[in-house]
Amino acid sequence: MNRSPDAWSAVRDRPWRFVTSMWPWRSLLYLGSTVPIGIAALVVLVVMIGIGLVTAILVIGVLLLAAVPLVTTVIAEAERARLHLVLPSSGTTERATLQERLTGWRRLPMSWSEIGYAALLATVLWVVDAIVLIMAVATPLVLITSPLLMNVTTDERVDLLGWRIDTVDEAWPAVAVGVLALGVAAYVVTAVASGQAALTRIVLDSSEERLASAVTDLRRSRAGLVDAFEIERRRIERDLHDGAQQRLVALTMSLGQAELALEDGPARDLVVRSHTLAEEALADLRTTVRGIHPQVLTDHGLAAAVHELADRSAIPVDTELLLPGRLPAPVEATAYFVVSEALTNIARHADARSAQVQAWVAGDLLTVTIVDDGRGGADPERGTGLAGLVARVEAIDGDLRIISPSGGPTQVRMTCPIAHD
Amino acid sequence: MPDRTRLRIVLAEDAALLREGLVGILQQAGHEVVASVADADALGVIAASRQPDLVITDIRMPPTHTDEGLRAAVRLRREHPGIAILLLSAYVAEAYVTDLLDSTAEQGHAGIGYLLKDRVGRVQDLLDSIDRVAAGGTVVDPDVVRQLLARRRNDGPLAALTGREREVLALMAEGYTNPTIADRLVVSEAAVRKHVGNIFAKLDLAPDSDRRVSAVLTYLRDGRA
Repeated sequence: MNRSPDAWSAVRDRPWRFVTSMWPWRSLLYLGSTVPIGIAALVVLVVMIGIGLVTAILVIGVLLLAAVPLVTTVIAEAERARLHLVLPSSGTTERATLQERLTGWRRLPMSWSEIGYAALLATVLWVVDAIVLIMAVATPLVLITSPLLMNVTTDERVDLLGWRIDTVDEAWPAVAVGVLALGVAAYVVTAVASGQAALTRIVLDSSEERLASAVTDLRRSRAGLVDAFEIERRRIERDLHDGAQQRLVALTMSLGQAELALEDGPARDLVVRSHTLAEEALADLRTTVRGIHPQVLTDHGLAAAVHELADRSAIPVDTELLLPGRLPAPVEATAYFVVSEALTNIARHADARSAQVQAWVAGDLLTVTIVDDGRGGADPERGTGLAGLVARVEAIDGDLRIISPSGGPTQVRMTCPIAHD
Repeated sequence: MPDRTRLRIVLAEDAALLREGLVGILQQAGHEVVASVADADALGVIAASRQPDLVITDIRMPPTHTDEGLRAAVRLRREHPGIAILLLSAYVAEAYVTDLLDSTAEQGHAGIGYLLKDRVGRVQDLLDSIDRVAAGGTVVDPDVVRQLLARRRNDGPLAALTGREREVLALMAEGYTNPTIADRLVVSEAAVRKHVGNIFAKLDLAPDSDRRVSAVLTYLRDGRA
């Protein structure tokens, strides 16, 4: 019966209920498993640090030492998992899985609490647990089995904690004491296990840790979402390109052939009209694809794609793009989207005669500006378009500013790191 | 259907619908499609062994879907300069135009063309472009020309040209001959010749080079601001 939520509340329950519950056994398992893990941690850390220090003059030693936080992360993860034995409610906070933490360890801050906990486990905790286990388990067991032990031991007596049992008559009261001690041991084991679990939780799963890991998770999931959107946009582009677009091109080809084959007359007029409609559909589709993720962006990068946008803009657009080769795909896609939306907005609302797009990379920061000579007054709070831009840029750790005084001009300025991980 | 020179053509296009459509159009126009392939490697091998009059290739093909067709065309141009080449592209990319120009920089090459895929639906235009390229002309899609024109810088050699001269040059870039340009601009052929002469003079083109091609190349290069 496991009606208590954790080991410590079970201790405070009625004694009979406590000793018949699973909690003493789970606590026993908890303490028991601490010992081998602690010894293993001790051996691994001593070997790693020892060899690391000795060979630090070579690169290998530095690498070994650098890998210590990795090992402590594994240990801490095992400890967090083990907490469930006595604190089943613990660790419900979403955190990065061990695999993600190991693969991404260079990006995550080194966790001093994990290192400290591993040191504590390797030097103190397992020793304490071993002593408690020996005392709490061995004492009642020896007392209870003392009548049997009498016959087994060569000198026909049992010594325990200064109590010498050397006749069978003396052994029977010892059995009673042993049973009592077993009850006490259940309390001691559970209490020690609960205490250690509480300590582990404070060190490894403190609210700050949880907050930090929640923030890490959020950043990760946000970056994941951006990537997922990006992949999805490319998929849509590919599907449209391989599917509808090819069929429409094939259709315009057939209609074009039909036009050539037909004599002048109503039938040919109909075919010509169909041809025009098919071409318009194709043009619409290309415009849509261009707004999603154009091929030229995938193939040739931001500069080529922005040139094409500028070429197709209804108003003259000057471009000055100083970009070194290709940028990370999410950065290119976002910057392209910003330029595309900004130019669309300018054409629609700004009443501008011309616009300028500039982009450059300084250090590891990409800056893109779009300036028009229109009437200004653009407000991200009002239109969803501009607010959507801001959100998209923020998702790649960038920053988007729109300076648009009434009367103009409007400047859209995007900055973002180009090595964002 | 007007009489045209029967051309031996190798076609490379990875999208099956388009490939079949193009084969249909070419055959209907009386050309012989020697082979139609779906990737650039096959194009290189087959064009080298069959020596067609003209190669028509998509720029973007497997395996990487970037510019395999273009690279195959540049290789082909180097090894078999007598084969005319018509490139099809889904979009205008400067990088393509640069490579195209570099591959045509040498004298005595066969014709070369760069058309947007949208153009293939205009069957008559497509067939005319094919004829012009096969005849040794340089044909650049009007859309490409228009976009490059919009990109033109104000300080290049073209700055010296008058508006009319630019119009003439743009039509030259599309591969038109003087009589057609005269028709298009509704002027006399003599007037066109005068404009062309002025263009050659202003662009300072050596008389012994293929000045018509050089003018177009200058025009396209200068367009790439």
